[in-house]
Amino acid sequence: MALDSRLTSELTPELKDIVQEIEAHARNCGLDFFPTIFEMVDYEQMSEIAAYGGFPTRYPHWRFGMEYENISKSYEYGLSLIYEMVINNNPCYAYLLRSNSLVDQKTVISHVYGHCDFFKNNYCFSFSNRKMLDEMANHGSRIRRYIEEIGHDEVENFIDVCLSLENLIDQHGAYIKREETVKLRTSTFDDDLSKLQNTVLPKLPSHRSYMEEFINPDIYLKEQKKKIQKEREREKSFPENPVRDVLKFLLDHAPLNSWQRDVLTIIRQEAYYYAPQGQTKIMNEGWAVYWHSKIMTEMMLKDHEVVDYCDHYAGIVQMSSQKLNPYKIGVELVRHIEKRWNRGQFGVEYFRCDDPSVRQQWDSKQNKGREKIFEVRKLHNDITFIDEFFDEDFCDEARLFTWAQDKRTGKTVIENRDFLSIKKQMLDALTNFGQPIVDVVDGNFKNRGELLLEHKHLGKDLKIDWASECLKNIYLIWSRPVSIRTVLEAETRLLSFDGVQTKIAKD
Amino acid sequence: MKMETDVNRFRKIVRGKIKENLKKFISSGELIGRQGKKIISIPLPRIDLPHFQFGSNPQRGLGQGEGNLGEPIDQGESQTGPNQGKASDKPGQHALEVEVSLEELGDILGDELGLPRIDNKGKKNISQKKYKYQGLLRNGPESLKNFKRTFKEALKRQIGMGDYSSSNPIVIPIKEDKRYRSFKVEDRPEASAVIIYMMDVSGSMGEEQKELVRLTAFWLNTWLKLNYDNLETVFIVHDAAAREVDENTFYHTKESGGTLISSAFKLCEKIINEKYPASEWNIYLFHFSDGDNWSGSDTSDSFHILDTVLLPSCNMFAYGQVESRYGSGQFLKDLNKHYGDDNEKIITHSIKNKEGIMDALKVFLGKGK
Repeated sequence: MALDSRLTSELTPELKDIVQEIEAHARNCGLDFFPTIFEMVDYEQMSEIAAYGGFPTRYPHWRFGMEYENISKSYEYGLSLIYEMVINNNPCYAYLLRSNSLVDQKTVISHVYGHCDFFKNNYCFSFSNRKMLDEMANHGSRIRRYIEEIGHDEVENFIDVCLSLENLIDQHGAYIKREETVKLRTSTFDDDLSKLQNTVLPKLPSHRSYMEEFINPDIYLKEQKKKIQKEREREKSFPENPVRDVLKFLLDHAPLNSWQRDVLTIIRQEAYYYAPQGQTKIMNEGWAVYWHSKIMTEMMLKDHEVVDYCDHYAGIVQMSSQKLNPYKIGVELVRHIEKRWNRGQFGVEYFRCDDPSVRQQWDSKQNKGREKIFEVRKLHNDITFIDEFFDEDFCDEARLFTWAQDKRTGKTVIENRDFLSIKKQMLDALTNFGQPIVDVVDGNFKNRGELLLEHKHLGKDLKIDWASECLKNIYLIWSRPVSIRTVLEAETRLLSFDGVQTKIAKD
Repeated sequence: MKMETDVNRFRKIVRGKIKENLKKFISSGELIGRQGKKIISIPLPRIDLPHFQFGSNPQRGLGQGEGNLGEPIDQGESQTGPNQGKASDKPGQHALEVEVSLEELGDILGDELGLPRIDNKGKKNISQKKYKYQGLLRNGPESLKNFKRTFKEALKRQIGMGDYSSSNPIVIPIKEDKRYRSFKVEDRPEASAVIIYMMDVSGSMGEEQKELVRLTAFWLNTWLKLNYDNLETVFIVHDAAAREVDENTFYHTKESGGTLISSAFKLCEKIINEKYPASEWNIYLFHFSDGDNWSGSDTSDSFHILDTVLLPSCNMFAYGQVESRYGSGQFLKDLNKHYGDDNEKIITHSIKNKEGIMDALKVFLGKGK
């Protein structure tokens, strides 16, 4: 599907030639990508496309308007600039900013081929909808139809409700076949009761009757009985096992009418479409920077462009004392891997070596670097990438540190440069995409059709005012009281909304 | 444009937010100094959709660079340099600054306070000449020829005379067919207004009182600007003597003398006579004081000027009494006693504190004068 021709225009002949040249270089390097279509846009169009998350045909919603105002203002004020946008789709679409200088365009084009290769080959994207441009346009027209039928305010308000829950998806759902969680309940309550009474309790074998009460004491039998009871309860409970994909659960079981169900379906689908990009931010950018720097410095750069190129490159991989720059960490880690595998710095022998100077000099001339980084780009996501390759040598070289607020002065200071705590913080921040893990644990809570969610607490508390707003939104969908079990200041708490008020209770 | 719809939906929400927070804006002075010629930038809390998200545990994070343990890191460093590459996909934590036209803000204020549109009566004779194209003539310059009508006339004529055939549809206008646009001189009433702010700056008026005046004046301006094409403001400060000053001086003058209210009224009279003849201007007089006048005789002098000159020429005279620890508040009582409820050009109100500004605006502007 072609994009709205009003929005974009074709490349200049000069750029067309450059695109061809770079594409050929990229293929020679071993990159493998979908056909890639470049379009020229001005900054207003770029802001618009960026505000729509890359899809100019998206459904109407006020937050895109807000995003647009933010992006276009910060461009006007000279605060930030979007160099490029690339859409994971087949064919891949990429947008070039008309006002960029030629050397920037070359850089961006090379960068885009890196992303395209990543989209096509990384495992996280393997379930991604490659016709998303069409799908998004389809979503747009469906929602526009509902707006016409139902009214703008009502539909938009419901979209707000759904969007506020959009992170309640199963980040790994696409890659794992989870057990079918919902079974039809066949037995009635009476059946269960009689079954329990008739059940023969499992006893430990005892051959002498006088030993019976020692081998199978009352206390043991009681425990067994409890265990069976618990098992029964679990079977009766609904869902039988916690459900991570909360949106799916709501779609399956909440009393929604057809347009609402469709809107929720759309929001969920889009959330799943964007999920892999969140899971591979560091890798994806690292990979693209690695290739644009390779293609530019070794193949494309003219002498007179070197200074401009370097200046902009330095900007892209700028270090920050306050947060990590995914471009920098990504590209340096890719290079680190390449170097290690080129020099054979892997395997048992290397790891058993304790002598830092020997390790540093280690070079068995394996030259497996290129092969390894292609393998890494196929099989890893940010978490496994950091977990596996972020080692102490890299941590030292990259001059990483953790910062915290000094209690006495209130200033933000460098806290430590300890490898393990840095790595732990990095992995913490990446877990579940930086989002809290929330499961549906009971769809018939208190046997009153209420909904119980559970926040798997991993050390960080929920933002409580937002959590209660979210409960209100789930209530609008579920239409019965909704609760979430969480931990606040190290105490288990039950936060509930019953349609009238929010309560925090001990659990 | 597609984005326009979404931007408009967003702006509608913003409008709602401004309405919600209007009371806070009116009493906090947050907006003062944020207005340009036509627009004003308003800080709003970022409009966000709530998500299940982590709260702000003790601030921690990761950074990169040189430095010893315990060394403070540079807070001033911008996180998104111009070369940052790609816009962050995470929303920033800063407040949202939205730009709203002063006109829109005035509208919101009017909506929220239920203010009637100002009826500038008695000033219909003030007008400006304006040319307006209207109707058609048979004569005129070629440059004003109306082609469509000309050809229509020609077609009519040719059909009437049997000269037209649909297989060979040629229409040739002759002189009689030609029609020209004609214009008319119109008197377009133009509404001009002047606001004369008078303020007592004697010793008993403190910073707090002046702040109240300033806030009130800001919103009065915003509303009146919406109602008049041409709005001018005059500032007069007075203690025992009065003088005309610019806006900045108006709010920052500190005098210590006594108070003769009549001095301000006299100056006001002079300014009206010289620059703003009542036949051409809608005149608004606002006087702010803590209510202390030097003597009873000066009060009756003041009333005399009001009665004979000021009231007949102005749309309204509003007296806002800002409460101070030292002021007796006598002038308000005197005014009310002298005029009672009879004179509808006189509006008095006492402003106790910032929360009272909203009520004051309602009282001052509520009559639609």
